[in-house]
Amino acid sequence: MTLKLSLVAAALLTLIAGAARAEDIQIAVAGPITGSDAAVGEQMRRGAEMAVADINARGGLLGKKLVLQVGDDACDPKQAVAVANKFAVSGVVFVAGHYCSSTSIPASAVYADAGIIEITPASTNPAYTDGPAQKGWINVFRICGRDDVQGKVAGSYIAQQLKDKPVAIIDDKTTYGKGLADETRKALNAAGVKEAINESINQGDKDFSALVSKMKQAKVGVIYFGGYYTEAGLIVRQAKEQGMNAVLLGGDALVTSEFWKITGASGAGTLMTFSPDPRNVPEAAPVVAEFTKQGYDPEGYTLYTYAAVQSYVAAATQAKTLNIDAVSKALHADKFSTVLGQIGFDAKGDVIGPGYVLFVWKDGKYAEIKS
Amino acid sequence: MSYFLQQLINGLALGAIYGLIAIGYTMVYGIIGMINFAHGEIYMIGAFVSLITFLVLGLVGISYIPLALTIVLISAVGFTSFYGWTVERIAYRPLRGSFRLAPLISAIGMSIFLQNYVQLLQGARVKTLPPVIQGGFQLMETNGFVVQVSYLQLMIVGVTVALMAGFTVMIAATPLGRAQRACEQDMTMAALLGINVDRTISTTFVIGAALAAVAGMMVTMYYGVIDFFIGFLAGMKAFTAAVLGGIGSLPGAMLGGLLIGLIEAFWSGYFSSAYKDVAVFGILILVLILRPSGLLGRPEIEKV
Repeated sequence: MTLKLSLVAAALLTLIAGAARAEDIQIAVAGPITGSDAAVGEQMRRGAEMAVADINARGGLLGKKLVLQVGDDACDPKQAVAVANKFAVSGVVFVAGHYCSSTSIPASAVYADAGIIEITPASTNPAYTDGPAQKGWINVFRICGRDDVQGKVAGSYIAQQLKDKPVAIIDDKTTYGKGLADETRKALNAAGVKEAINESINQGDKDFSALVSKMKQAKVGVIYFGGYYTEAGLIVRQAKEQGMNAVLLGGDALVTSEFWKITGASGAGTLMTFSPDPRNVPEAAPVVAEFTKQGYDPEGYTLYTYAAVQSYVAAATQAKTLNIDAVSKALHADKFSTVLGQIGFDAKGDVIGPGYVLFVWKDGKYAEIKS
Repeated sequence: MSYFLQQLINGLALGAIYGLIAIGYTMVYGIIGMINFAHGEIYMIGAFVSLITFLVLGLVGISYIPLALTIVLISAVGFTSFYGWTVERIAYRPLRGSFRLAPLISAIGMSIFLQNYVQLLQGARVKTLPPVIQGGFQLMETNGFVVQVSYLQLMIVGVTVALMAGFTVMIAATPLGRAQRACEQDMTMAALLGINVDRTISTTFVIGAALAAVAGMMVTMYYGVIDFFIGFLAGMKAFTAAVLGGIGSLPGAMLGGLLIGLIEAFWSGYFSSAYKDVAVFGILILVLILRPSGLLGRPEIEKV
C-alpha cells in the first residue's frame, strides 16, 4: 500500500514538474520526419533545433526559454491535422511547418482556430496564402516562394533556353506537384511553346519504364516534373537506362542530396528551380559554420526553417507579447534580419525577398546557374 | 513496331517480378487453402537483406560483380527463408485445424508486425542503392527510336524463366513435389500414408520466401530505391496476379504476373500512366466475372 501511495505521489510530482515547465514558451516544427520525404523533414528539424538553441543561448524570448516540439506528419494530410490538434492542446504558440502543401493547408485551419502563428519554410502552393487571405485569417505566413512564381521561372527558362526540344510535363497528382506543373504549363504555353506529352504518375510507384519509353518515342528532350525527389530520381535513372538523352527540370522539392543517391551519375545535368542558395548569404555564415562543425551540410530547407523561427522571435520581441494579433501585425509590418538576409512579409503573408533561380546538379551537389 | 517491342520488354521485366512473388501466394493457397497476407512483407525483407548485404560488401571492398551477386543472393535467400519458416511456425502452424478465418487474421497481423518491425529497425526513410549493373544493348532501331534492353531486365527475365523451369521439374519429379501434391489433395490421407505434412508445409513456405527474396534482390538492383512499405503494394499486385491466373495454379501465377506487368506497361504506353492501376484492376474484375476461378484455375469442388 505504501509503495502504491508513493508511486501516486511520484506521478503527481512529475505532473507538477510538467506544469512548471509550461512557463517556457512552446513552439514547434512539423514536417515529414518519416516517410519518403524524410530527408527534408530532417532538414527542417535540424534548422529549427539549431535556431532554438541559438536563441536560448542569447537569453530566449521575452525572458523565457523556448521549448521545441517536433511533429511528424509524414506528408499525410490526415496526420498533419492530428499533429496540429496536438500542438493546439499543448499550448504551442508558433509552428514552423509544414513541408508538403497538402499538409500545410489543412493544418492552417486548425492553427487559425487555435490562434497559432504558422510560418511554412517550404510549402509553395499559392493556395496556402491565397485561401487564408480571402477568409481573413491572420496567422498564415510563408518564408519561401510561390509556385506561380516558380512555374513562371521554369516555364520561361524552357521556352528560352531549351526551346528546340519537345517537352513533357509530368506531375505526381499531389497538391504541390500538380500545382507546380500547372503553373509551369501556363507559363510555357503563354510563351508560345506547346508541350508534347502530359502525364500523371502515382506517388510511391517505382516503375516508370513505360512512361520513359513513351517520352522516348515522342523524342522528348525536356522533362518538366512536378513532384518530390524520390520519383524524380527514379525517372532520371530509368530514362538514362533506356538510353534517353533528356534533361529533367524539377522544382524546389529536389533540394536534397538524397536525390543524387538515387540517380547516381545519371543525375548530372538535372535542373531545378530554387531560391538563391541561402548557404551563400553573408548573414548565414556563422550558422553554416556551426552546422558544418556538427558534420551536417545545411542544404535545402534547413536555413529556411531556421529563418522562420528567427522571424517569429524577432516579431514577438518587437511586439513585446505573444498575443497573436500583435505578433501577426509585427510580422506584416516590419523587416527582419535573418539567415536568409533582410526579409519581410506582404499583406497575404508571402515573403518579400529573393525570387527563383535555376540550379544544376553535378557530382552530388547543386550549383546556381549564373546567367 | 519498335515502340511496341520496347513496351513489351518493360512489361515482361515488371511482370516477371510480380510473377515470382505471386508463386508464393499461390503455392501456400494450393496446399493449405489460406492467403498468406504476410508474403508481401517477406518480399520487402528480402529487398532489405539484399540492400544491407550489398552495402556491407561495398564496405569490405568486394567489387567483383559475379562474386558480389552470389553472396547477396545466398544471404538474401538464406535470411528471408528463415523469416518465411519462422512466420509459418509462429503464426500459422498453431492455428492449423482451427476455423478457416483464424490463420487469415494472424497473417494480416503478421504483415503489420513485420512492416512495423522493419520500420523501427531500419527507419522510415527511403533507402537507396547506387546502380550495381549498368548499361545494356540496343536491340533495333526504326525511325530514330532505339529499342534498349538493359542487362538487368535481361537478368530479371532470365532468372525468372530458369526458376520457373526448375520449379516445374521439382513439383513434377521430386519426392518433395510429390509430397506437396499429396498434401494439396488430401492432408489427412497424406499423413496416413507416412508423409510428414508439417515439414512439407514448412518447406513450401521456405520456397515461397526464397522466391520472394530473389524478387526483392532484383527490385533492389533494378530500381535502387526501397522502403518498409514496398511489400504492401507489390503484395497487392502479386496477389492479384495469383487470383487472375487462378489461385493454386503455378503456371497461372506466372501468367497472371506477366499479364499485369504487360497491362501496366501497355496502358501507360498507349493511354495514360495516371489510370494504369484502374486498368489492371478493371481487367481483374472482368476476368473474374467471366472465369470466376481465374485463367488457369480449376473450379473448386466442395468435398462432402
